Amino acid sequence: MSISLFLISIIFLGFLSFFWGKRKALLLKNTESLHSLPRYYGYYSLAWFAAPSLLIIFLWLLFSESFVTNQVISLLPESIRALSPNEITLRMNDVKNLAAGNLIAGESFIGLEQAAANYNRITKLVQDIAIYSSLVLSLALFIFSYRSISGTLRARNKVEKIISNLLLVSATVAIFATAGILLSVLFEAIRFFQIISFDDFLFGLTWSPQMAIREDQVGSSGLFGAIPLFAGTALISLISLTVAVPVGLMTAIYLSEYAPSKVRSYTKPMLEILSGIPTVVYGFFAAITLAPFIRDFGVTIGLDIASESALGVGLVMGIMIIPLVSSLSDDVISAVPQAMRDGSYGLGATKSETIKKVIIPAALPGIVGGILLAASRAIGETMIVVMAAGLSARLSFNPIDAVTTVTVQIVTLLVGDQEFDSPKTLAAFALGLTLFVVTLALNFYALKIVRKYREQYE
Amino acid sequence: MSNTLQETQDISEIVNRGLKKRYRSEFMFRFYGVVSILFAVVFLLVFFSSIISKGYSAFTQGELNMKIYLNEEVIDPDRLRDEEEIRYANFDKLVLDSLKTYFPEVSSRKERKELKSLVSSGTSLRLQSMVLNDYSLIGQEIDIWVRLDSDIDMYLKGNIDVSLDESQRRISDNQVRWVQELQEQNLISQNFNSTLFTAGDSREPELAGVLGALVGSFFMLIITFIVAFPLGVAAAIYLEEFAPKNRFIDFVEVNINNLAAVPSIIYGLLGLAVFINFFGMPRSAPLVGGLVLALMTFPVIIIASRAALQSVPPSITDAALGVGASKIQTVFDHVFPLALPGMLTGSIIGMARALGESAPLLMIGMVAFVVDVPTSPLDSSAALPVQVYLWADAPERGFVERTSAAILVLLFFLLLMNSTAIWLRNKFETKW
Repeated sequence: MSISLFLISIIFLGFLSFFWGKRKALLLKNTESLHSLPRYYGYYSLAWFAAPSLLIIFLWLLFSESFVTNQVISLLPESIRALSPNEITLRMNDVKNLAAGNLIAGESFIGLEQAAANYNRITKLVQDIAIYSSLVLSLALFIFSYRSISGTLRARNKVEKIISNLLLVSATVAIFATAGILLSVLFEAIRFFQIISFDDFLFGLTWSPQMAIREDQVGSSGLFGAIPLFAGTALISLISLTVAVPVGLMTAIYLSEYAPSKVRSYTKPMLEILSGIPTVVYGFFAAITLAPFIRDFGVTIGLDIASESALGVGLVMGIMIIPLVSSLSDDVISAVPQAMRDGSYGLGATKSETIKKVIIPAALPGIVGGILLAASRAIGETMIVVMAAGLSARLSFNPIDAVTTVTVQIVTLLVGDQEFDSPKTLAAFALGLTLFVVTLALNFYALKIVRKYREQYE
Repeated sequence: MSNTLQETQDISEIVNRGLKKRYRSEFMFRFYGVVSILFAVVFLLVFFSSIISKGYSAFTQGELNMKIYLNEEVIDPDRLRDEEEIRYANFDKLVLDSLKTYFPEVSSRKERKELKSLVSSGTSLRLQSMVLNDYSLIGQEIDIWVRLDSDIDMYLKGNIDVSLDESQRRISDNQVRWVQELQEQNLISQNFNSTLFTAGDSREPELAGVLGALVGSFFMLIITFIVAFPLGVAAAIYLEEFAPKNRFIDFVEVNINNLAAVPSIIYGLLGLAVFINFFGMPRSAPLVGGLVLALMTFPVIIIASRAALQSVPPSITDAALGVGASKIQTVFDHVFPLALPGMLTGSIIGMARALGESAPLLMIGMVAFVVDVPTSPLDSSAALPVQVYLWADAPERGFVERTSAAILVLLFFLLLMNSTAIWLRNKFETKW
């Protein structure tokens, strides 16, 4: 039975189970009084019918591939199983390609056809087991639930219990997602720190993640000192914040305190457009339009500006962050009570004096929170720096030099061919962990400040 | 008495003296506000005019009107009409022969090569598939528009400076001369570049299109929506309507807020470590991309859905409860339908964000060079923003305009989604 046929029949039978449950309830209604509305009996049988199928499909989707792969590996000839895990993965890719009916380029190994046949056979077997067991179980549970339908069955309460549990499960997905992120990054990072010491990573001054291909190679043992990356990230983020904070803040102030409603109605959507432009497009703009412009400008004033300078990248990133700063500041500025403004005007202060001496000091915690959120966004931004910043790690705080960032290195380490045990690949996860921890701390702290600030004026 | 009057006068003197300065600082402050808004406006103008001016030319493609004689001696000398034989026939020769009819003087090997590279290297493939579809064409002369090579196209669009020395540009003096002659005979024209919308990726700019990436993005968004929308809405309903106030729920809320702010590249690491390495899902597949984007969009949908639920007035809930509906019935039969337009609006905006996202997709291998248009979410595929990234990195001059064109396509879809969201909001928004 093919998967699509199975899915169609499950959906069809699901509808059928609903209508049968409902029909039985409607028939019962002629002879006795029902506890719940008839449709709840339908939902009740549907729930019993669907639960096992969904569970089995879910497990099958998650585990079938890795299960089959392991089974096929265990059936491979002894000589191949003795190879390193990477080698086996390569062989298994050939097996999967052949099993999918593709041609294999170049020579592979003896027993390939056999393994591909095994692969297809076991995949089919697992699929059949999943399909038939879920059909049988579903039908059995449906019959059980159908027989238990009676006037006294508290169908509505049971269905509602199921629904509210499903709702609760959906809400806890957020926890699983966070835990998944943390664990996946953490495990690989721990493996990295088993090879490279924590101090070397965090305080080392040289980043050159090339691993020796031969044992006796000179000078390429791989150095994983992340300080140049942190410095580069900090430099670019700092430049972007020096653009975004004044402009964003002034925009917010002007829009909330000065602008006539007409200007506001044009400017707000414009800021939304600015925040809606994909980062890859900003990156393209930074790399193709702005960087050459800045370089040429440098030539005319006699400065040697790198074509991947931190200045250009930071500038574009700053523009990307303007809407974030401005909308967060707008929120906190409009939360300042009108009474404080009126008090200041009553003393004869002008509008700008009121803003500078009353509103901004009052809104300062909120604004700082917003700036921290903007900083975390700048630190984690990837596409702009990948496209427009440099690749080589260089410890420099000069904005006209090319520097690299944490995110750029994660991408360079993980895009392209990779072997999954080398420190080079694992280093990406260690960088990811650092990035996650830093942004998490910034966000957590910023949200706390903002919340405290809101409570102050509520 | 006169003393206090004197003092008052002194004070107003001081105030008046300061006034001018204060008004000036007031004016300057206001001016800074206008300047920062203008800064953003000017950037947007420069930005869009730069992208459009670079990209609009990619929607046309230089084509050459050619008469090609499908010589039977070349295609099928044995007259067997055997598919394998025809497949390996020398179609390049046919193209070259046809070009030679315009320039009979061409003889040397180098010149022949230059002449042949006037037209796209895909021309012979195109002839091949035409012949394979219809054997009756063999022996006839066909009159078709063939795409020019990308370098020639770039020259026609004015992107190659012919005043440079021959060795410093991608096209030779001969080619320039030939193209000018062909232009004089009105054989060259700029036609609509349909390939851009009907082909997958290619190494040759004139053969590359965004369809593969578009379909890949479409599959991803479908999966994102199927996974994230029900989950997000269910979580929002729970948190807004059913959740007790306790530490566990606080913890859930903290997690949601943090998820919304985690850098997107971290989601890519999650996808790589969990979906690909642990569960063994295929690399470069829209399925994995869709799941990763779903996780990213999930908190956005929760936040939007909660706002939509909050905007439903409590009187609705009270009325439903008052006539004896259970809590679940109240929420699902009364509150949810009223909040649905708001939820959809928020979700579409979240999905538009997901459409433009590329960093996590780089992590799960969607940067692979994929020529075929994917037919299922399990096939290898690119995504629209990743296609932009790939083309932006390509060295050929012809890809610069195609990158901008791909950006315009991407922006068009973002605009479409966002205006759908706004339309939905305006159509179904209820003012209570």
